[in-house]
Amino acid sequence: MSELSSLDNDQPLLVAEGLAKNYGRLPACRDVSFALYPGEVLAIVGESGSGKSTLLQLLSAQLAPSAGRVSYRMRDGVLRDLAELGEAERRFLFRTDWGFVHQDPAQGLRMGVSAGANVGERLMAVGWNHYGRIRDTASTWLDRVEIDVGRIDDAPKTYSGGMRQRLQIARNLVTEPRLVFMDEPTGGLDVSVQARLLDLMRNLVSELGLAAIVVTHDLAVARLLSHRVMVMKGGRVIETGLTDQVLDDPREPYTQLLVSSILPP
Amino acid sequence: MTAMIELANAEKTFTMHLQGGVELPVVRGVSFHADPGECVVLSGPSGAGKSSILKMIFGNYRCDSGRIGIRHHGKVVDLATAEPRQVLSIRRSTIGYVSQFLRAVPRVATIDVVAEPLIVNGVAREEARERAGKLLRRLNIPERLWTLPPSTFSGGEQQRVNIARGFISDLPILLLDEPTASLDAANRAVVVELIAEKKTKGVAMVAIVHDDEIRHLIADRIVDVTSFAAAA
Repeated sequence: MSELSSLDNDQPLLVAEGLAKNYGRLPACRDVSFALYPGEVLAIVGESGSGKSTLLQLLSAQLAPSAGRVSYRMRDGVLRDLAELGEAERRFLFRTDWGFVHQDPAQGLRMGVSAGANVGERLMAVGWNHYGRIRDTASTWLDRVEIDVGRIDDAPKTYSGGMRQRLQIARNLVTEPRLVFMDEPTGGLDVSVQARLLDLMRNLVSELGLAAIVVTHDLAVARLLSHRVMVMKGGRVIETGLTDQVLDDPREPYTQLLVSSILPP
Repeated sequence: MTAMIELANAEKTFTMHLQGGVELPVVRGVSFHADPGECVVLSGPSGAGKSSILKMIFGNYRCDSGRIGIRHHGKVVDLATAEPRQVLSIRRSTIGYVSQFLRAVPRVATIDVVAEPLIVNGVAREEARERAGKLLRRLNIPERLWTLPPSTFSGGEQQRVNIARGFISDLPILLLDEPTASLDAANRAVVVELIAEKKTKGVAMVAIVHDDEIRHLIADRIVDVTSFAAAA
């Protein structure tokens, strides 16, 4: 990975402590603790049902934990418990300081309105009201995610899967968030489309110094995008460390199984 | 210590859980150091653990016990116990690693692959690309290839791109894993020259080379890895 300058920052951006979530008597996520620093990309890997998506929802305050807590450093520098934020502060996080890239772009986009409006909407939500400036900024972002600006007035339902995913990324990054959550961002895309998207995300993350938490079952995605990886199984984090270390020198039986299950191209 | 790298009793064992938990000892009691401006060559037959030792010094393989002291920003950090963030910081500004194979990112132009380590350390893009071009020219990569991603290149060309990427930075420690393995005589000579230039700049190097002639040209000291053999 490139441009890690913000990694020298010694104040964590997000801190999880003893996080747990039970669905009835079924524990989906157990005793997860870690700190994420500005500019750091963390991958959460594991198979379906390992609890990684539940963990992502806990971390992004979309789900209340059964135990433990998540704290986030607000722009004023103060670390705050997410469960104790007021409505205005929560809105600020969701609309501005955080991004959320869903596996299915239809969940993160409004499929019936134009691409320009999809990007502009996040700006209007934070008070932009000059139509010309919003449109210019939207055009710039379409260009950055390699969407032909000539398609700005078309709705994403007319876009290909890869274009929709890139539009979703533009919509999320336009407000210059500090933290982006991604849930299987390349899932369901053709391999060639995946490579382009990964390269694009990798560049944007390093140029903008973004912190990101990426849930993926694809170890190649983790290797290309992340600095650090957490391996989950049965709702627990079973192994964690530098991404290349965990993938090249896996220690736990389950991690060794995951790594050895990759088919060579 | 004034050494840039100092290993003391470093040890590594792989436990293969998928093969019934078989223990595969790799190295034990690894102790040696590298001073600024010195190239230490690891010798020993294939499978003796030379590459594993380099990977441990880079933090790519974990060290089970012992110590791997690295002089980083004037202080000694034990890489065997360092936090992931510290290891990343060390890789950014202290240790470079030239592996045998290039792990290229799809779609990135050769010139940018080579320039990237400089850009990461704050060198302006234009200057970084200029220096990348100079190095690629020295390593006989024709200019018409610079804008193409290296994934389409031949093995020897990819290795030279990898060498350019490894040698471009001003890092005080370089780890070289068979940097001349698939090169012709002219390009081998360029690599020998590059190593000599790094020595005059005070860079500490640990290298693996199988070619006796090259070893003779670059080595200031030879460390025999067979004495660290763990499989007794």
